[in-house]
Amino acid sequence: MCGTNSASTKGTRALILVGGYGTRLRPLTLSTPKPLVEFANKPILLHQLEALVSVGCRQVILAVSYRAEQMEKELKQEAEKLGVNLIFSHENEPLGTAGPLALAKDILSSSNEPFYVLNSDVICDFPFKQLEQFHKNHGKEGTIVVTKVEEPSKYGVVLYDEQGRIENFIEKPQEFVSNKINAGIYIFNPSVLDRIEVKPTSIEKEVFPVMADEGQLYAMELPGFWMDIGQPKDFLTGMCLYLTSLRQKQSSKLYTGPGVVGNVLVDPTAKIGEGCRIGPNVTIGPDVVIEDGVCIKRSTILTGAIVKSHSWLDSCIVGWRSVVGRWVRLEGITVLGEDVIVKDEIYINGGQVLPHKSIAASVPEPQIIM
Amino acid sequence: MLKAVILVGGPQKGTRFRPLSLDTPKPLFPVAGRPIIQHHIEACLRLPELKEILIIGYYPQVQMETFVSDMQNLYNINIRYLQEFTSLGTAGGMYHFRDQIRSGNPCAFFILNGDVCADFPLQDLYSFHKQHADTALVTIMSTEATRQQSLHYGCLVFDRNSGVVSHYVEKPSSYVSTFINCGVYVCSTDIFAHLAEVFYSKSQEYTNYSLINGANGKDQGHIQWEQEVLTPLAGTNKLYAIPVPNWWSQLKTAGSAIYANRHFLELYKNTHPERLANAGTKLSEQDSNLMCTIFPDVYIHPSATVHFSATLGPNVSIGPGVTVGPGVRIRESIILENAVIKDHTLVLHSIVGRGSIIGQWSRVEGTPSDPDPNKPFAKMENPPLFNKEGKLNPSITILGCFVQVPSEKILLNSIVLPHKELSRNFKNEIIL
Repeated sequence: MCGTNSASTKGTRALILVGGYGTRLRPLTLSTPKPLVEFANKPILLHQLEALVSVGCRQVILAVSYRAEQMEKELKQEAEKLGVNLIFSHENEPLGTAGPLALAKDILSSSNEPFYVLNSDVICDFPFKQLEQFHKNHGKEGTIVVTKVEEPSKYGVVLYDEQGRIENFIEKPQEFVSNKINAGIYIFNPSVLDRIEVKPTSIEKEVFPVMADEGQLYAMELPGFWMDIGQPKDFLTGMCLYLTSLRQKQSSKLYTGPGVVGNVLVDPTAKIGEGCRIGPNVTIGPDVVIEDGVCIKRSTILTGAIVKSHSWLDSCIVGWRSVVGRWVRLEGITVLGEDVIVKDEIYINGGQVLPHKSIAASVPEPQIIM
Repeated sequence: MLKAVILVGGPQKGTRFRPLSLDTPKPLFPVAGRPIIQHHIEACLRLPELKEILIIGYYPQVQMETFVSDMQNLYNINIRYLQEFTSLGTAGGMYHFRDQIRSGNPCAFFILNGDVCADFPLQDLYSFHKQHADTALVTIMSTEATRQQSLHYGCLVFDRNSGVVSHYVEKPSSYVSTFINCGVYVCSTDIFAHLAEVFYSKSQEYTNYSLINGANGKDQGHIQWEQEVLTPLAGTNKLYAIPVPNWWSQLKTAGSAIYANRHFLELYKNTHPERLANAGTKLSEQDSNLMCTIFPDVYIHPSATVHFSATLGPNVSIGPGVTVGPGVRIRESIILENAVIKDHTLVLHSIVGRGSIIGQWSRVEGTPSDPDPNKPFAKMENPPLFNKEGKLNPSITILGCFVQVPSEKILLNSIVLPHKELSRNFKNEIIL
């Protein structure tokens, strides 16, 4: 059988760089591996899997370096539903962003068709179809998706010509040179695997510059929104962008009801009391109970949490099965881990509360509560 | 026949009570729904022999006359306000108005400082004084403080059997005694002869030296009761003291108003239970026994509008014409006349000024500075506004009159001067 035939039977392959413990998204990731944390009421990884499946991906490798058992169990079912073959590639030591590709070489090189690689923290309207088209059009070894950001000096920027051929990468530029950064979504020909060994390697720093020098790396600009949701602040910003995009594309998925303001996503099993004001930019998960007279803005309430009457929440994430008391004020990127109890009349500003804590005193300044 | 003198000072006093004292004289600031000195008056009324109350101070007559005529109408007793032409000190005013105090030949008269709050045990004080009527010119009501806190008060040493005060010193720099002066006294009218001696010896001095040195800008008739009368009287068998275990506090800072509010509400249980709102959880709008959910003790003025779904208390006073919206929570706070608190808002350890408006889902919160409950005899600390680093010490939050707090904002440990429209969150700030 020739390569194209095998690709059509096996479908396209993809590798998702799940990596380490997701410490930046603690305290949520103390209870749940990051890929399983619900973003807009769906595990982060499912957003990516669904997008991959929709472009015909049939084999997805998850490059993980921790706690794979829980994730395997929970994801296997979802993968079956989607009809995708999920392969866990375990690293004995963290292999960086390139090493995992070498580790999965057998699968990734099983056909001559290009394969996708993506960082697990990325949320956007995944442009896999256009990416494949663009990649095949230029015919070189790799294409990376780039996205426009407001403050490029915090990132590494990508310089490329009108055709998209990458000329240079500049880490954290002091002077403005470009506002396009690496979006963490790639497509490669299997030949790229010849450049990588099974050892800790950074694809951005050690592989891409070489490929760019050889004229083998192209950039495709991402239409639409993009966010690295690896930390709580960006998780919430990403949610706002996602809900805005949902409004344009599938506004029927958004919740409408009394007291709802702007884009709000509510699981059908959640209950919302009377006299509430929910939104804009709020996600309410399954089995959540919002009592009467609650105001929630720009926040995510995860499965089974309870928010009692008269509380006010802005820019926070309420963890699974947490209980927020009455007349509580949560703001400033407050993150409650799993099963946290916040007593009545408490104020928390920018608190990161570890799982199973009970909070009985206010936290007026940002702080980690062990 | 007995009389009472309530010393209220004047506008230059009570500055630590700002911004609340900017529009109301501090003695008329409502605590537990009554102007502070109305509590003094009510304590005096419990003595049937007491026939006249004289309020002495140098607030302009116009600021006091409504209150005085209200009191006259309310209680069937003679109450007058005597205005000093200038600040004459704690004793100078009494000496100036000596004829008014002595007229009708009272067998004794009480002196109550206007800025103390207490369960004034005037009958006990008078009974004790009467036992020593042949020698006692003044009997001081005394209470015990901690060693450290005693330095902020007048300290006295007295014989536990006879009550004779052997030593008196005002605000000593080193420890003298844990027994302190409560600012409540009973005096024989013979005290005026003694005051006259002080007055004449001072005026002698005044003529001799003031032409050269000035008199510190004070009037010739200025006499300090504690330093110039009590200290010399100690050790002469004419000054007595009776220690009382009852609750007592000074009302210096606005923070102490909330502490005083709690205790005056507590006293109502015995003296005026009808003033306290019925306590309990309001389960339905139809429950006519409760105005809303109340954790005792709470005072609500009859003209206030409180939504049945609000939750008030403990230690809350709601003034006349106040509107408390649905789902509002108020604890440890005083809400003054015509203030409006909108839906779902939380007010903790705060004083909300007259006519102020707080929007929905806001949080107005202060930090209490109550005495340490674990230290016996601890009194209210009255910390300075700023600490050594120049930062505002956390205190109760105070909104002056006609302040507007928008919806969904937080105001923490802040003091807002009158007529301010806030537009953002404030923490640990004074907002001019």
